[in-house]
Amino acid sequence: MATDSVKDVVLSPVFKNNPIALQVLGICSALAVTNSMSVSLVMGLAVIAVTAFSSMFVSLIRNHIPSSIRIIVQMTIIASLVIVVDQVLRAYAYDMSKQLSVFVGLIITNCIVMGRAEAYAMQNGPVMSFLDGVGNGLGYAVILLIVGFVRELLGSGSVFGLTILPTVQNGGWYVPNGLMLLPPSAFFVIGLLIWILRSLNPEQIEKTEYRIVANSKTKIKEASHV
Amino acid sequence: MANNNSIKKTLIVAFSLCVICSVVVSSAAVVLKPKQVQNQELDRKSNILQVTELYKPGDDVEEKYAELITPRVVDLETGEYSQDLDPGSYDQFDAARDPATSRTLSGDDDIAGIGRQEKYSTVYLVGDPDDPDQIVMPIRGQGLWGLMEGFLSVRGDGNTIVGLSYYDQSETPGLGGEVDNPRWKAKWDGKKIYEDGDFQDPQIQLVKGGASGDYEVDALSGASLTSRGVTNMLRFWLSDEGYAPYLARFHDDSQGGA
Repeated sequence: MATDSVKDVVLSPVFKNNPIALQVLGICSALAVTNSMSVSLVMGLAVIAVTAFSSMFVSLIRNHIPSSIRIIVQMTIIASLVIVVDQVLRAYAYDMSKQLSVFVGLIITNCIVMGRAEAYAMQNGPVMSFLDGVGNGLGYAVILLIVGFVRELLGSGSVFGLTILPTVQNGGWYVPNGLMLLPPSAFFVIGLLIWILRSLNPEQIEKTEYRIVANSKTKIKEASHV
Repeated sequence: MANNNSIKKTLIVAFSLCVICSVVVSSAAVVLKPKQVQNQELDRKSNILQVTELYKPGDDVEEKYAELITPRVVDLETGEYSQDLDPGSYDQFDAARDPATSRTLSGDDDIAGIGRQEKYSTVYLVGDPDDPDQIVMPIRGQGLWGLMEGFLSVRGDGNTIVGLSYYDQSETPGLGGEVDNPRWKAKWDGKKIYEDGDFQDPQIQLVKGGASGDYEVDALSGASLTSRGVTNMLRFWLSDEGYAPYLARFHDDSQGGA
């Protein structure tokens, strides 16, 4: 792993090995905080900070972590960082932190953060782990911004709060798509994104692990006799 | 590496990690606390200023607030100002949770769905405190998804609405969430609360499909339950249970003066 180049470590999670689009991690918060772009951006930055620093700290003490409590140790580091990020947001970006409400706290449960600490930081040096955290956080943030762009544009007719399509409520012509304002729409947008990404990179398509066996009619007949 | 898993090492690592993390977390909380409190204050003040419609974007909130607003604590039962409670430190949300300073609302009385109501409420007077131009009152009640908290501002006659604005609500974006839409909020200006000086019975309400007259405002389209919540909350806070005894004083005052 020591041969990883800095560029690969930072950029591969953004497009090739995206935590949301390929590994399908961290979906819950992607549903909740993507109804406007500015909120998505702040959330993305918060996750980048937490993933980067937690990976770095885990990596710094990786040779001293007893394997029996390693998950707890990682969680403690992650949880502390999340609280610090939450406090900083409340002090310097109060309006944003009001909109993000509990979702900053829920970064703790974001599988990406824990996943990188366990899968990468436990085996690699602090600098590379930090960069790996930045890369994976970026991968998360990029998807959040794309989803946020689609949802805010179609749901509120604006981008970063600037009106692009004047909505009917404000005397314009655009009838906003109410579904886009609700969390489930992020499922559709992320689903479409995964489809696009896998069409462009066919090697991302997993082998079918399990195939549902077709119903056999004879069995149904037998069952109906009983 | 092997002795990493000894009980001694495990305890040392766990203990020192806990100490370091708690120091980091608590110092962040302590260092940033003043800034956060200041933000909350600023947020509250700017919400109060916005409902009075005297605030223009770009104005200095602190300066404008100090210039225009005088907070007072009102006894909701009598409508008199409290002499004992300091408006600077009285927190009505804390008071509403404390059985000693609040009362339980039951069933039919509790149309706003708030459960407990404080006995004293802070009001914010705009202009001369003895003869205010506007009175800003905090109100709250259940919407569709949760508690909606906001401010209602009325003119010095205690009867004409200036504005209604919510600083905390979790209604459906695009439907009930349109309570935040400036075009809808603009409809409140000039509406009346009580008919013929009858301060027992607030008349203001949201109606579907074409509001007419002084006592009706258009309901939010596609958000019947949020609209009902807004009506109930106004009916509650403007009734005898809420600010009616206090607002009636302004009616009497202006009668007496004329």
